[in-house]
Amino acid sequence: MTRARPALRAIAVQIGAVAVGLVLSALLLTVIGQSPVNTLEALLKGAFGSDFALTQTALKAVPLALAGLAVAVPLRMNLWNIGAEGQLLAGAIGATWVALTFGDWPAGALVPAMVVASIVAGAFWAGLAAAPRAYLGVNEIITTLLLNFVAVLAVAYLVTGPWRSTEESSLNLPVTNLFSDAALLPSVGSLNAGIFFPLVIALVLMILLGRTRFGFEVRMIGASPDTARAVGMPIARNILVVLLVGGAIAGIAGMIEVSTTFGRLRQGLSPGYGFMGIAIAALAGTSIVGTLVVAFLFAGFVVGGLALQTEGVPQAFVLLVQGIIIFCALAGTRLGSSPLRRLLPRRGGTQAVPTEDLSSP
Amino acid sequence: MRGIVKDFPGIRANDGVDFELRRGEVHALLGENGAGKTTLSNLLAGIHRPDAGEIEIRGEPVELRSPRQAIDRGIGMVHQHFKLVRRFTVAENLTLGWHSPRGVIRRRSLEREIATLAESYGIQVRPERPVWQLTVGEQQRVELLKNLYRGADVLVLDEPTAVLAPQEAEALFTTLRRMACEGRGIVLITHKLEEVLAASDRVTVLHRGRNVATVPTSSTTADELARLMIGDEVVPALRSQRAPTGDVMLRLVDVEADDERGAHVLRGIGLNVHEGEIVGLAGVAGNGQRELAEVVVGLRHVRAGRVLFREREITHWPIRRRIEAGIGYVPEDRLGQGVAPGLSLVDNLVAKRYRQPSIGGRVLVSPERARRAAEDLVGRFDIRVGSVDAPAATLSGGNLQKVVLARELSADPALLVAAQPTRGLDVGAAEAVRRLLLEQRDAGRALLLISEDLDELLALSDRIAVVHAGRINGEFAAPDFDVHEIGLRMAGQAAA
Repeated sequence: MTRARPALRAIAVQIGAVAVGLVLSALLLTVIGQSPVNTLEALLKGAFGSDFALTQTALKAVPLALAGLAVAVPLRMNLWNIGAEGQLLAGAIGATWVALTFGDWPAGALVPAMVVASIVAGAFWAGLAAAPRAYLGVNEIITTLLLNFVAVLAVAYLVTGPWRSTEESSLNLPVTNLFSDAALLPSVGSLNAGIFFPLVIALVLMILLGRTRFGFEVRMIGASPDTARAVGMPIARNILVVLLVGGAIAGIAGMIEVSTTFGRLRQGLSPGYGFMGIAIAALAGTSIVGTLVVAFLFAGFVVGGLALQTEGVPQAFVLLVQGIIIFCALAGTRLGSSPLRRLLPRRGGTQAVPTEDLSSP
Repeated sequence: MRGIVKDFPGIRANDGVDFELRRGEVHALLGENGAGKTTLSNLLAGIHRPDAGEIEIRGEPVELRSPRQAIDRGIGMVHQHFKLVRRFTVAENLTLGWHSPRGVIRRRSLEREIATLAESYGIQVRPERPVWQLTVGEQQRVELLKNLYRGADVLVLDEPTAVLAPQEAEALFTTLRRMACEGRGIVLITHKLEEVLAASDRVTVLHRGRNVATVPTSSTTADELARLMIGDEVVPALRSQRAPTGDVMLRLVDVEADDERGAHVLRGIGLNVHEGEIVGLAGVAGNGQRELAEVVVGLRHVRAGRVLFREREITHWPIRRRIEAGIGYVPEDRLGQGVAPGLSLVDNLVAKRYRQPSIGGRVLVSPERARRAAEDLVGRFDIRVGSVDAPAATLSGGNLQKVVLARELSADPALLVAAQPTRGLDVGAAEAVRRLLLEQRDAGRALLLISEDLDELLALSDRIAVVHAGRINGEFAAPDFDVHEIGLRMAGQAAA
């Protein structure tokens, strides 16, 4: 039995699912009196149809890709990091602290320090959920999710309290002072240096997960925790590390946001990148390259969605269509893989023989 | 049931079984693991269909195509693993899938009805409680009640006491007796002799898929049942067995441990394994064999006593340290603990060696070298597989076991713990595994072989230790194994 056939089947199901999503969306568009073809065209054009559109999409893809990776890496061990949003904000707070405290440093020292601070802060935020998960078995889905809200409130506290802007130009809004220029990531053409982070991190992750002891253990634990334990792998330590890595990656996304888009910390820093990261990682099936690709398409959807509004399609509707397509694609992932999962263990031999052997205590 | 035959791939689970259940009796179905008890009851419950033979109910031939049909004919089954919805209440579980309620369910009157039914059998249960709040014993009572509620007059219980405390078991037998008195027929599946003697009217003994005897319980003895259950055919020795000569490799001193449910399953185990010998651990399933293996390899916490390896105390060592010291493990649950079914053979074969210099450095693991190592093992252990990149799940049971053995032996262990190494394998594969184990002994390794197949133990072991109720109940040295005596010790009889 080859592996190709189920894999092809899974891909076919996936494409079919997205097609179903598109058809459903088209029907909805027709109902509200919009031409599906024109709408799709406007969406694609708005996302990828011009240099400006591509730039916008690429910029948007950076935090989405990092958030996606922050979810995908722990998901390799079947751990759901629902807290990328909070970890991103924690990273933003860490980077902001460095930028505000050491604002007189030169860029060559300040930016790396901000990166390190965002990694530490993001990992710390993830660690708040990771340590109880690793050593006490506390469900990480709940804890990472709830820590998001804490992070949002922490940002709100900082920008309305201790870090509130003293500059007149800020109009007394809940934001910090603008960072010094040295704290901003340099431009690269119409983009900025933030674009390199997902690419470099993805490369590092591919080596880390594919060619190191840690990666081997993550693979084994993800595939069969009991077997991994029986061959002596340290489960708790790897749970901790894999979630810390996820938190660190999300933290970097927060740093990029404060040091490019806004140049300061403010409320509403992230329009839910961390949550979109969950959908991205799930759609990409935890593949690293896949996460980058899906994040880029996702960014296109977001940017193109803005363009659609000029066509008279309400923004809420754009979100609705997004939701439908994500839903169908995710359903397709399940449909494509679950029959495979149900079939696989049965071929192993012992399970085909239902004698007492299998059910004895 | 007459002339029942049922084949599964590679094994004939029932081979011409005759079984007759009378109204008003508790009929025990006794046999070792793999004797065909569960298969037979699954045929009766409509879960499987026989390949040959016929089933008659009240003198009328029937064909049971589904569990539903069996239920409609009044056959109720209480499985080892309860079929209850944990979040539903007792009352909801009882009605589930039976009278599909149309419209409003009259909860109160339903609960009253169930309470009355329960009371009439001396079963204490509160119908409004959700199942997840109940103890295991209570859940079992709910299963019983479910069958009564559905009007079952044949009740099949598969190893009902495996999950119960002794007092609960006694209460269960009282309830069963009362049901039988009302004219129901009860089938009690078990491999525990005491239970047969305590609770049944008649007993049918199965051995290797055949029924070897049906006798009234009052006219038999534990002694006779043990002999019937184990059989007394002579097993040709695979090779010369001998007295241990090497140093003590593993020493267990008064080891005590609990199982997952917190039950005290190992109650002071004392056992030695020398280098160059195979010690077979014989025992009826569930007497602590699995826990014993786990204690040795480090998967289970030792609550009292000491584990020594090469006379060094390792009682609380982590698993990895034991592996590095030279302890190998062939787990009973091949697909759950032995391999990661979804990963490739390469990953599975190097899962213990990926940290060694031959495959990786301090940080890195070389996929190329891992692959070469895997290909080497596939050749050396004659694993029949198209590609080392195939997922482990695609392998047959025999090849899968060779993968586990190849991985363990490639780590060059001084002590190998093998639990049920040939279970579920076809004859050829089982033979290959046994030969491999003997080679390891001849190479000077110490082997602790845990098996519920007594013939296998007799054929391979240099010594046999019998485990019963978490203690070692007798040791026997090759070549003169007294099969009869071993059977008695397995059944719990103390030394004469």
